Amino acid sequence: MTSVAERAQPRPGGRARSRDSRRRLVVIGNGMAGARAVEEILARGGAEQFSITMFGDEPYGNYNRIMLSHVLSGEESDADIFLNPLSWYEDNGITLHAGVRADRIDRFAKHVFSSDGRVTPYDTLIIATGSRPHLPPMDGLYTPGGSVKPGVFGFRTIDDTRKMAEHARHDHHRHAVVIGGGLLGLEAAAGLRSFGLGVDVVHSGGHLMSAQMGPDGGAVLRRSVEVLGIGVLTGTRTTAVLGRDRVTGVSLRDRPDIDCDMVVVAAGIRPNVDLAVLGGLPVERAIVVDDRLRVQDEDDIYAVGECVQHRGEVYGLVAPLWEQAVVLANHVTGADTSAAYLGSRTATKLKVAGVEVASMGLQGPELDTDEHIVFSEPSRGVFKSIVVRDNKMVGATLLGDSRKVAFLTQAYDRGLPLPEERLGLMFDLGTPGEDVGVAELDDDAQVCNCNGVSKKDLATAVRGGCASVAGAMDATRAGKGCGSCKLLVKQVVEWAADGAVEEDPAASYYVPGIPLDKAALMAEIRKRGLRSVSAVFHALAPGGAEDAKSKMGLASLLKMMLADQYVDERDARFINDRVHANIQRDGTFSVVPQMKGGVTSVQQLRRIADVAEKYNVPLIKLTGGQRIDLLGIPKEDLPQVWADLGMPSGYAYGKSFRTVKTCVGKDFCRYGTGDSTRLGIEIESRFQGIESPAKLKLAVSGCPRNCAESLVKDVGVVAVEGGRWEIYVGGAAGAHIRKGDLLATVDSPEEVQVLTGRFMQYYREHANWLERTYAFVPRVGIEHLRAVIVEDAEGIAAQLDAAMQASVDSYVDPWSERADPLTPGQFRTSLPLTVLPQVPVR
Amino acid sequence: MSASGAAPASHVLGPVDQVPLGEGRAFVVDGQQVAVFRLRDGTVRALAAVCPHRGGPIADGTIDRQQVICPLHQHAFDLTSGCSTTGAEPLQAYRVSVDGEQNLVLEAGGV
Ligand code: SRM
Ligand SMILES: Cc1cc2nc3c(=O)[nH]c(=O)nc-3n(C[C@H](O)[C@H](O)[C@H](O)COP(=O)(O)OP(=O)(O)OC[C@H]3O[C@@H](n4cnc5c(N)ncnc54)[C@H](O)[C@@H]3O)c2cc1C
Ligand code: SF4
Ligand code: FES
Repeated sequence: MTSVAERAQPRPGGRARSRDSRRRLVVIGNGMAGARAVEEILARGGAEQFSITMFGDEPYGNYNRIMLSHVLSGEESDADIFLNPLSWYEDNGITLHAGVRADRIDRFAKHVFSSDGRVTPYDTLIIATGSRPHLPPMDGLYTPGGSVKPGVFGFRTIDDTRKMAEHARHDHHRHAVVIGGGLLGLEAAAGLRSFGLGVDVVHSGGHLMSAQMGPDGGAVLRRSVEVLGIGVLTGTRTTAVLGRDRVTGVSLRDRPDIDCDMVVVAAGIRPNVDLAVLGGLPVERAIVVDDRLRVQDEDDIYAVGECVQHRGEVYGLVAPLWEQAVVLANHVTGADTSAAYLGSRTATKLKVAGVEVASMGLQGPELDTDEHIVFSEPSRGVFKSIVVRDNKMVGATLLGDSRKVAFLTQAYDRGLPLPEERLGLMFDLGTPGEDVGVAELDDDAQVCNCNGVSKKDLATAVRGGCASVAGAMDATRAGKGCGSCKLLVKQVVEWAADGAVEEDPAASYYVPGIPLDKAALMAEIRKRGLRSVSAVFHALAPGGAEDAKSKMGLASLLKMMLADQYVDERDARFINDRVHANIQRDGTFSVVPQMKGGVTSVQQLRRIADVAEKYNVPLIKLTGGQRIDLLGIPKEDLPQVWADLGMPSGYAYGKSFRTVKTCVGKDFCRYGTGDSTRLGIEIESRFQGIESPAKLKLAVSGCPRNCAESLVKDVGVVAVEGGRWEIYVGGAAGAHIRKGDLLATVDSPEEVQVLTGRFMQYYREHANWLERTYAFVPRVGIEHLRAVIVEDAEGIAAQLDAAMQASVDSYVDPWSERADPLTPGQFRTSLPLTVLPQVPVR
Repeated sequence: MSASGAAPASHVLGPVDQVPLGEGRAFVVDGQQVAVFRLRDGTVRALAAVCPHRGGPIADGTIDRQQVICPLHQHAFDLTSGCSTTGAEPLQAYRVSVDGEQNLVLEAGGV
């Protein structure tokens, strides 16, 4: 039922025909429903029948609104969520008035009046105005001037999201209150947490997500949300927003005030119906439409999306609008005048990383004969509740474990038969249920609810040549919304390819341009004696073709394998590695000199101060890696800056060994049991600058208080009582947070160095390009690493140690290139271009 | 840009070996900022030097025979046409060649 069957072909010159016999179709609202309806109309030959004009209040093309949650949390960039960029409208001959509001409809004269003073006649009109955030009545929401108080936000548009992010990033802003503990409120809260703000959610219901689940699930959810550092206050209302001209706090009905610098209101939505009301159209909770999506009693006006009320229902999700758009397009174009929209079953999923919540249908049993299956394990954050009626699933709530979500969503949507053993609904029991499910699914069954992709769409993509899961996902956008359908997408692709699914071939390549995995690539390089990146392309790439995206990974691999036998071609390096500094947003560079173990001296500090003064360094900053960063150095000044510093590079720019963070250790600290500072300096001296598939950051702490944060480092060392040292590997505290796994506990600093080097060498030889240890260690398993590295189960320990030693021996401080640039113009500016060779006009 | 109708002016940018094989260097030509690349096969290409995305230095990009990748956010541009393969706005492309004396010659009018 739900597909853009074939994407419409662009029709250049479509606009030139606008004075021809085609009817005029005008669409108000350029959001997800409006644009989708037009796509469906074009797919049914609509461009032949209509000249199309769209009005959109937002000054953009159409974007995937549901991804705004990911934009706020930083998982997506706002540039990547566009579904129909402005060029799409042009290519399809659509006149888009972006940033223009339709103000009034004259349904007798058939005209639309818009905010730019334009009067646009129509033969057929589609209203797709969506909804807006509901701001419940409370004191202090508005300034005396009548505008919403600075610091108060709704969460609906890309502009809202950008403003929230900007406000949250503001230095002095520490705390946010989110009003509303439903899906949107929790996603906003999690997004704001990612800016480091403290966040409280105030929810008037008795438990979180009370519209989707019962109190037992809500209690489990609350714990999972609190683990994210989000405060939860249920059963209370915000009565006032405090602060004269900006937000300083909120008052609650029966609890103490909360201080805050921002308030996000996510307390429900209201359909945008003013236009329809003014125009005399039937509006109850929303614009009333029939089963053809036609506005009640109107011949030429349709409505679609969140602004409509159909059979008493108003939806707030995207899945229904995909279905509505299909029916609407069938009628508007006459492609299928028997099409009818009968309502949608909706399922929701919370898009908060680390908190899995899916819910659909009933929250609990309603009839005596309903079966109710419940599993609850609050300590792990797992809760599952399924309601079955007449052997059909009529409701489910799933928290903390999404493995069965794809199957259950289908079972619910399509009324699939259920396994007799009900336990199989909740847990994988090895029953064949799922595979059978895929084959039996209707062609029209919707696989990805977020992007409205059906089984048929996926199958078409596979037959059209996208026989890999990633390829089919790219072609259809399936799986790119909330992600809960990925398993099902995979199953459908496998089914459609009839077992001939191409393992997404590129997924196993070490670099995209050479069709070999790491082990095979290394073996070929050895066998053929290849020593440079261009030689590798020549010998191993299809057609011998160079590939820019593969160069940096190959350069790193060859350097690791060959140490000083490597033939270094400068063009294979990323700019950072060509000039040994990190490129900044304005094309200047940052300079971070080595400061082993975070220990410095009067002389170093004085030299750094002198350099900063001499070169007018815009920002001097202590880094998270315990050294000093000089930022904003023009490329052409780099050699002289290094010369004046007289310190080696700190490698803050490379995919390489970076730093060893240390704590003061036993010489000064009253708790220290090991000389962590010294060991850290020794480790950094030994392994400085070695290349690796991704950066390596280490730490050594002098006691289990762990002040150097060793548990979240690629390799972290902790001194423990009795002169012993623990070595942790695979920790992280960046984009991912992971506590390292204990590799070994050893008796001496020397042993720490041996095992650290051996682990790093094993990682260098076996990790994928850009795979940090936090992914590598769990992938190969700590038991395996212990066996290979500590117990030498494979008998390769000596080999690893020797290879690491060769790399250590080939270390040269890259900043020594200052005296003698390696390529012409190595340090010539690329931007800004003031001191370039100026070529006179002849 | 040159006035329409008039033949575009040629500019000699100096010896081609100012640009190392496989890399790019920036020049100012007639007030325009141009990145000139020397491919590993010895041929040359020229594009506007400022990335349309957020002003990144295109001459510092990584190249192969077809494309240059901006160092800031990895948008890719075809070296011959300047069109982006990653959805960015295009870069102005220039005609550039190497003359008998191994000098780079650029036509400032663009392609
Ligand atoms: C300077 C510094 C921030 C600061 O002012 O403190 C910094 C600056 C940058 N970090 Fe960082 N990171 C800095 C410490 C960290 C830390 C903390 C630490 O090292 O203890 C982390 C978390 C731990 C980790 O490594 O994961 C960190 C996690 C990241 C990440 C996320 C990596 C991940 O896989 O999770 C990136 C992005 C990436 O590498 O792709 C990144 C990338 C960057 C880049 C290189 C952005 C880029 O891709 O160009 C920033 C370069 C600015 C510049 O030119 O100097 N930086 N970065 C810190 C340098 C430490 C040093 O002395 O070398
Ligand atoms: C942060 C967030 C996360 C979400 N997550 C999910 C999710 O995970 N799953 C899910 O199913 N749904 C989710 N939703 C809901 C989903 O985005 C909506 O259901 C969907 O966007 C509705 O589409 P629509 O076209 O009806 O309205 P919209 O997408 O809002 O489009 C309406 C457009 O019309 C414009 N407009 C309004 N009035 C006028 C006028 N008079 N003149 C001109 N233009 C006008 C508006 O500016 C807007 O651009 C989420 C929503 C948000 C805000
Ligand atoms: S320094 Fe690190 S955290 Fe800060 S903006 Fe740059 S990449 Fe992001
Ligand atoms: S500035 Fe070039 S990709 Fe962003």
